[in-house]
Order: sequence, then C-alpha cells, then structure tokens
Amino acid sequence: MTDQSQTPEVAAEETRLLPSDEILKGLIEPFADASWATSAGQDVVTLPVDQLRAFGESALQGGFELLSDVTAVDWLTRQPRFDVVVNLVSLEHRLRLRIIVQTDSDVPSLVTVWPGANYAEREAFDMFGINFVDHPDLTRILMPDEWEGHPLRKDFAVGSVPVQFKASHKVR
Amino acid sequence: MTKSKDVDLWISGTEEPDWDSSTTDEGSQEMASTETDYRLREQLGSVVTDDYVFDDEISDDERMIVNMGPQHPSTHGVLRLQIELEGEIIRRTKPVIGYLHTGMEKTGEELTFMQGPTNVTRMDYLASFHNEHCYSMAVERLLGIEVPPRANTIRVLLTELNRISSHLVAMATNGMDIGAVSIMTYGFRDREQILAFFEKTTGVRMNHNFIRPGGIAADLPPGWRADVKAILENIRRRVVDYDDMLKENPIWNGRTRGVGIITPEECLAYSITGPTLRSAGVDWDLRKAFPYAGIEQFEFEVPLGTRGDVYDRYRVRIEEILQSARIVEQAAEAMPKGDFRSDDRKVTPPPRMRIDQSMEALIHHFKIFTEGFRVPAGETYVAVESPRGELGCYLVSTGEGKPYRIHTRAPSFYNLQALPIMMADSLVADTIATIASLDPVMGDVDR
Repeated sequence: MTDQSQTPEVAAEETRLLPSDEILKGLIEPFADASWATSAGQDVVTLPVDQLRAFGESALQGGFELLSDVTAVDWLTRQPRFDVVVNLVSLEHRLRLRIIVQTDSDVPSLVTVWPGANYAEREAFDMFGINFVDHPDLTRILMPDEWEGHPLRKDFAVGSVPVQFKASHKVR
Repeated sequence: MTKSKDVDLWISGTEEPDWDSSTTDEGSQEMASTETDYRLREQLGSVVTDDYVFDDEISDDERMIVNMGPQHPSTHGVLRLQIELEGEIIRRTKPVIGYLHTGMEKTGEELTFMQGPTNVTRMDYLASFHNEHCYSMAVERLLGIEVPPRANTIRVLLTELNRISSHLVAMATNGMDIGAVSIMTYGFRDREQILAFFEKTTGVRMNHNFIRPGGIAADLPPGWRADVKAILENIRRRVVDYDDMLKENPIWNGRTRGVGIITPEECLAYSITGPTLRSAGVDWDLRKAFPYAGIEQFEFEVPLGTRGDVYDRYRVRIEEILQSARIVEQAAEAMPKGDFRSDDRKVTPPPRMRIDQSMEALIHHFKIFTEGFRVPAGETYVAVESPRGELGCYLVSTGEGKPYRIHTRAPSFYNLQALPIMMADSLVADTIATIASLDPVMGDVDR
C-alpha cells in the first residue's frame, strides 16, 4: 500500500500545478507544500496549517494588503475536521486569493499580519470553537459570554424556543 | 506594511493653515521621520500593540469607564461601547456587539437556494438589494449560469437606487446625531420616495426577496421610467440643496472636520472598506476593480476624500449619491429588452401560462418551490460594493438543495474595528459624530 501511495505523490511533485499569473506564481512557488487550484474561476491555495502565518506574511509583502475575510467550514466527519478560509485582496494588482487550511482546532492567528483579522477570528472562534493561537483577545463576539457550545458546528442542532402568544388559546 | 517609509509623514502642528487644530490635536498621532520602523508600523496600524500607558499623575477621579448603549438613541441600533475616559478625553474604546445576533448563517443552512434571498435580505436592512445580489451571484457562479442582460441591468438599477436610499439615511442620521434635525427629516422624506418605488416594484419597502438566483422575481412595473425619472430629478435637486446647507455651515464644519480621523494604512490594515476607505483617499471601489453585473458599461466616478475625517465621509457619500444617480439614469436609458430570468429551466420556474397547460410544468414548478434546485458541489466567494463597503458571500455547496455553509462578509462588522482607532484620544462629544459617520447597520454587524 505504501508503494502505491508514494508513486502518485512523487509524480504530483514533478508536475506541480502553478497559476499562470506571475504574482501568484511567485507567491506560491517558495511554499513547497502549498497546492494551488481554481474553484469556480477563483484562485485557491491549500496550505498545511503551520505555514499559514508565514504564507500570510509573504502575501502581505507580495501586495495583498487587505484581508477581506476569515471564516471556517465544519466538515464534521472529515479528519481534520475544519477548513479555515482566508480571503485576501490585492489593491495593487487587483487580485483575489483564497487560502484554505485544514485543522482540528489550532490555527495560527493572522492578527499580527493583518490586524483586521481580529473580529473575524473571534467570530470563527465563537461559531466553531477554533483556537486561533496568539490572538490578543479570543473571546466570544456574537454569542453571550456564558453560551455553551459553538452554534455553527454541524453537530449543534438548530433547535427552537417555545413562544407563548397571549391570544393563542383563542385562535385554537 | 512594506511601504511604511514611503508614506507622507507629517508632524503635529504643521498642518495646512485652514486645519482646525482645536478639534484635531486630541485625535492626531505625532509622526516624525526619525521614529523607528517598528514605531512607524505601529502608528500606521500595521502592527497592533496596546500602547495605552497608565498615567499615574491623573487621579482616579479623572479616569472612568463609561458604558454607552446598547439602548442609546445615537448608536444606530444595539451597539454598546465601553469607553475609558480621562476627563473628557477618550483613551480606549471597546465595541461590544452581538445584541442583534439571530444566527442567520445557521438559518441559511436550513433554507433552500431558492429561499436564500429571504434570509440574506434581512441582514443589512438598509441595503437589502445588495445582499440579495451578492448571494444570487454566488449561487449563479456555482451553478455556472449567466443571467440575461435585462436582469443584470435591472439589478444595477435597483442596487444603485438602494445605494442612494442608504446614503440618504446615513446623511440623515449623521445630521440628527450632530443636532441638525432638519436634515434628518429631509433625508428620510426623500428616501421614502425611493422606497415607494421599491414597493411598487417588489411589493415591500425593505426586505424584498426580489433578486434571486437566475435573475429577478418579476419585471419592472408599468410606468417605471417615469418613476425613476421623477426620483432622479428630485434627488439631484435636493441633495445639492442639502449639501449647500451643510458643507459651508460653520457648526457642521466644527463638529465634523478633523474628527474621527483614520489613515489609509490603518484602513487597509483593519480591513475597512467602502466610503470610510475612500474618505481616506484610497481609490478602491469593487464596481471598478472587479466589475460585476455589467456595471462596467456605465460611466461613473469614484469620489475620494483626503483627510479621512467625518466631514470627508459625509462628502464622499453625498458625491456617491450623485454618481449613483448617473448610473441609474444610464441604466434606465440602456435597459435592454428580453427576458428578466435565466432560461435555464433547472433554476427558473416555468412561466405561469405553462402551468395551466402542462402537467410537467406544474410538477417542475412544485419541485423548484419545495425541494429547490441542486447546486453543484464547490465553494466560492463573491463580493459586491454595498453602501458600507465590501459585502461578500462565501458559499459552500455539497451538491444538495441547500447550502452546506453560507457566510456573509459583513462590511459593517469589519468597519466597526475602525471605531477604537478613530476615537482614541478624541473628545467624548465626538463619539456620536464618529459612530454616525461609520454608518454601521447592526443587522449587518450581528447577522
């Protein structure tokens, strides 16, 4: 089994896909473990989780000066469980780039690279329980402080709250 | 930030002669070319450190923490601020949000793609068309369908009218907060005319559910050209009047000039977009940068500010109203003929006439409105320029009839991060003007 799994990996290494855009290519090429793909016509880079901050720093140097969004997706049964999705914009080159890392809980925080990641990472923590390492103030932002659980996880039921209307017995 | 050396540095007290230093001194940060690179990065906002120094010389009587909101009439919804004051000077601010959180992203996972617009339209309730547009474009991108030109032009027409109505509210509430109550009544009066047109078109004033994946729900109503013409005529005349009333007004100038300053570097570092970013002089408008829905065929300019203060943000919005009026006029003139929905029968329900004639059409109609249509597996991020900034929709589909994950990049949510920067070391009396100039919509912040 090991022999079979190694062969395609080596083959993939040789024919590594890189974007035709020079700026993106120059950004992605130094990261050997980063893989590039297009999703519905948009550039997506998939990274190992520990390289996120290093990639972020070089993306900032490479002209992606605006972090447009940080969010997460819960795949429940998959290992690792979560996708953390970072959307970047370059005003200079008029480019968009999406970074996706897979994680079970810990992700390096991007606040030191783009301070604007602060609220977004707090929201992702609040909703998914993802631990952004080195975040200055990783507390709940939308849910009440005493809330238990992380609502946007797939194993968190939608639930309902019974509402009592004053005139409900008359309607029936 | 790599370009920190290249920025135009200025030293406090060396501003232009007409600069009103009495209001700016507290809000300004001293910058000098001799400062270290790290300190400069810190001041430009690309490095965040808590630079608050506890000053022992000020007695504890002077320092206090004031809680503002969430039920304060001037906080534009349920925004709560914890403000640390030294006398009348704000040292630190912490926005506390979540009072309007209704779990719309979770709700969105339970609704079909067809029902999605009813959900997203309630997020930013002042710019509901932009939310619907953004969501619909994300679904269409995953489906790989194009909407017909007429649908696109109607979308542009409606979203730009929506931008005008939203900016009118921003102008009105900004005026009301500062004390110019008449501008409040004027702004809401003119907005009502636009909302009346929306009501005629979509059936409701605010939460329309009109722009849907595949096109729009219905064609424009009879007589729409005359309505749009009347709106434009009215808006153009009156907005100029309001601007004349305010832009030279000494009280207005005193309350807004040099208040709530934010630099372009801070804007970019803190992901701040929209009129706030443009008021700092950064030429960034998604309609120009990544044109969508055929907006590139219309001529318009992107108004820019220079100082990034409350006054510039007000001026940028006023100019944007006039530019949007230009787009609306061109869109109304260029309105193409043809279908207003995609002819992809997977997405578009059959016409009403066919339902009476064909059993298959009836089944098809029933299926679309009960199960909804299936969207191919994939993920995408689509952004539009809403009146508050970059409004994005991150959509993940697994090939089912409902989105696996729907996330909205809410511009107000990110823009709120500017508040502590704008308010640091300013007077407590300027708080209200600063909040109003950001124009946050709490439905958008909390979702």
